[in-house]
Amino acid sequence: MNIIKHRKWWYLLSLLIVLPGVVSLVIFGLKLSIDFTGGTIIEIDGTKDKTQIEKLARDAKFENLTISQNDKYILIRSKVVSEEKHKKFKVELNKIKGAKEIRIETVGPSISKEITTRAFTSVLLASVIIVIYLAYVFRKVPKPASSLRFGVTAVLGILHDALALLGIFSILGFLFNVEIDPLFITAVLTVIGFSVHDTVVIYDRVRENLIKGTSETFEGVVNRSIVEMLDRDISTSFLAFIIVFILYLFGGDSIRYFVLTMVIGILLGTYSSIFNSASLLVTWQNIKDRKAHQK
Amino acid sequence: MKKKNRIWLRVILLLALVVLAGVISWPKETKIQIPKPNINFESKAPFVKIKFKGDLVNFKINYKIKEGLDLQGGSSIVYVADLSKIPDKDKSKAMDSLKKVIENRVNAFGLTEPIVRTSKSGNEYRVSVELAGIKNTDEALDLIGKTAQLEFKEFKNNEFVLTGLSGKELKKADVTFDQNTNEPQVSIQFNSAGAKKFEEITGRNVGQPIAIYLDDKIVSAPKVNEKIVGGNAQITGKFTFNEAKTLSIQLNAGVLPASIKVIEQRTVGASLGQESINKSLIAAVLGIIAVCIYMLVYYRFLGIFSTIGLGLYLLFMLAIFKLFGVTITMAGVAGLILSIGMSMETDVLVFERIREELRKGHSFISASKLGFRRAWPSVRDSNAVSLIICAILYTAGGMIRGFAITLALGIIVGLFTTYFGTKTLVDLISKRKFTSRNWLFRVEKWEDK
Repeated sequence: MNIIKHRKWWYLLSLLIVLPGVVSLVIFGLKLSIDFTGGTIIEIDGTKDKTQIEKLARDAKFENLTISQNDKYILIRSKVVSEEKHKKFKVELNKIKGAKEIRIETVGPSISKEITTRAFTSVLLASVIIVIYLAYVFRKVPKPASSLRFGVTAVLGILHDALALLGIFSILGFLFNVEIDPLFITAVLTVIGFSVHDTVVIYDRVRENLIKGTSETFEGVVNRSIVEMLDRDISTSFLAFIIVFILYLFGGDSIRYFVLTMVIGILLGTYSSIFNSASLLVTWQNIKDRKAHQK
Repeated sequence: MKKKNRIWLRVILLLALVVLAGVISWPKETKIQIPKPNINFESKAPFVKIKFKGDLVNFKINYKIKEGLDLQGGSSIVYVADLSKIPDKDKSKAMDSLKKVIENRVNAFGLTEPIVRTSKSGNEYRVSVELAGIKNTDEALDLIGKTAQLEFKEFKNNEFVLTGLSGKELKKADVTFDQNTNEPQVSIQFNSAGAKKFEEITGRNVGQPIAIYLDDKIVSAPKVNEKIVGGNAQITGKFTFNEAKTLSIQLNAGVLPASIKVIEQRTVGASLGQESINKSLIAAVLGIIAVCIYMLVYYRFLGIFSTIGLGLYLLFMLAIFKLFGVTITMAGVAGLILSIGMSMETDVLVFERIREELRKGHSFISASKLGFRRAWPSVRDSNAVSLIICAILYTAGGMIRGFAITLALGIIVGLFTTYFGTKTLVDLISKRKFTSRNWLFRVEKWEDK
């Protein structure tokens, strides 16, 4: 089995995975939850009369109002609703027989700004720390490899996973109104952990094989390492996958998309670890070699 | 000989841990009570003076896993406090008293563990309130957010008039019990300025009532029996306990030092939480079964160890949750279930390595030793990355924090069970003759290779 040899095809496949999402990101963007945008959400049970609810909300002077309905609830979204407005609304709501407010969430502008900044910094921080950590762990890797490249290629693999996930959720947002919330960011970071997990297992074997020393080329060593670790990566990924997949099927509704993010992310992470990260290591090495040759 | 002893030591230690974890995680209230002979012990050695007397050994274990807001149902509210009128140096003090006041108000709802926290973000002073199990959020919002006006009035010319004494001078009000009659009463305490005013007012109103008004409504009009010096007073009357409590809360409500505004509010219905727990439990059980089947089919004999290891892992996790009172949230449950997968990954890395060494022709004794040792670098590095990410997630707070804590705990406990629990068990049987049969480990005969 020679995975490295066909690396150009794998790069192409990655591009095909990422591209539709990126296009969707550019055109449709992301559907952000109120955690990032700020605002109020009210969920109403016990009535199916959307127009009546809409009228109540208008009378109570909710701003930027949108009302949607699924098979169970009516959902009101608007700019932040003050306590007084909410009270007024609720008094009227309680006059409708059976109608009940079952959930209200309000996120003010200062909170949403904070959550947004934190989401960005945590992803950035995770990437930087992973580069540094891997560069440190693999510091004793023998020539021609360099430890920094281990870190950087691992993070490139991660960015592939994160970008693909964002893209897929942009499409899901467009098609099914799936929102990006802080739990999504959490899931992405968790997936990053998984993805690095698989990559580290392969890199660890590359290091071991390099230290043992063979007559093989760097490309050959890397490929053998991937093949030797294939069982392991597939086993670990399968275990993680089966667990989150069952959780996705049977778990509660409130974390359904959180879990879905991980289901997709684990598949992506496994793919990028086996087919991309180590390949990038070889590509990078070859570019270096060629440059050295030219000199 | 020495080696063998060490294995048995580990086995005993493992058993002890299992028993301990078992006792802790036993579902009902468990009491350990050791009857204690009277010991009087005195050490007279120089430098070390130990005195020990009495019957101390009598401890009770009674833990319950705490359920977070989203599982119990309830509300979490974040307020921003307007401290613009308070000088900078007094701001943190004002926040402390704000917290106290809100705590007092929140305690009125009789919830098991309401949480009130203050924080500063940029220039915003915030108070976050978590009311797990609350039924009527609107009522809570009303009571917490009230900028109540508490006034003490005296009786003049057939009406109550202002005395100049207000909630600002009141320190606190509590329910206490009369020492003689044991009837509930309300004790109030003024600050020094308030104490002085109160002394004057009570001095000129002996025999007369003083009315306490909250938001222009009379809440109580106790009669003054004597001039009260020092700022401590009791309001007595034929109170029931609940009446006294309500009155004390109303009095406390007047002490809010700054106005507050809701900037974040989240409410979850309890039914939603219960439904989620049940569903997640089913998912967890199915996930565990699937993982065990996979391990048994793929690693055969070794799979038995990871199944036992998983049992140990779950037992330890449960014990830790109970012992440290980790609060379980929906995302936390997800983290817990996910960590089952993570802990199995460690097993996979070790078992694969053992198989690799077996294939090279090692006996099971040395293959298992090498397997655990040589798998360690990749186990360590991959789990370290996950732990780093947990640390980053932890700083995010809220629901995500619960996820990060359970996942991190799961990773650490998983590492421990594999490298201590599973390893001990593997070492225990590794010398048995039957381990030379390679099909037990799904290893092709090494001659074939």
